Amino acid sequence: MFHPDHFSAVVLFALFASVVFGITQRETPPKMFRYGAYCFVIFVGSVIVLSWVMKFIGG
Amino acid sequence: MATPQIKKTEQAGGFIYLPLIAGWLVPGAGHFLLRKWGRGALLAVSVLGMFSIGLAMQGKLYAGAHDILDMLGLAGDLGNGLLYFIARAGGWGADQVTVTTGDYGTRFIVVAGLLNVISAVDAHNLRTGRKS
Repeated sequence: MFHPDHFSAVVLFALFASVVFGITQRETPPKMFRYGAYCFVIFVGSVIVLSWVMKFIGG
Repeated sequence: MATPQIKKTEQAGGFIYLPLIAGWLVPGAGHFLLRKWGRGALLAVSVLGMFSIGLAMQGKLYAGAHDILDMLGLAGDLGNGLLYFIARAGGWGADQVTVTTGDYGTRFIVVAGLLNVISAVDAHNLRTGRKS
């Protein structure tokens, strides 16, 4: 069985979702790559930011 | 007057919904039918990877719809096409979520199905000439 920690699960999720978003939402390979990378950074970046926000809210 | 792309699509012939249905049943198959090998392979690896990791994390496969959330989960799982039916037939996946990662796994399986539907629709758009 596979038991990743929360952050590893987020990175895996972001990686797979970004690949699909990049390929399906853009027309040319360079644009696909850029959009995929953008989605990945937004996915992981939002998790990091929201985690800190929750830490401060929770004390 | 038809644009070159639409002309090309009209000339392709065959059942227009084949890439959509094939793409839903087998991840990436819709793109393979349209000879988009690289895109198809990446989509197949992503959907298969997410589904397998979901199962490995002891995620739950929705079997019935008892409330609205179960219904949405089942709809997402069905997006995996044959993978879902094979996994159900093989008795894979957990019946009940007992560990934290099982909850993540359940979401991975649902999202893999949703991503597979997006991929199948993309194959359909390529087939109809809406996308190049």
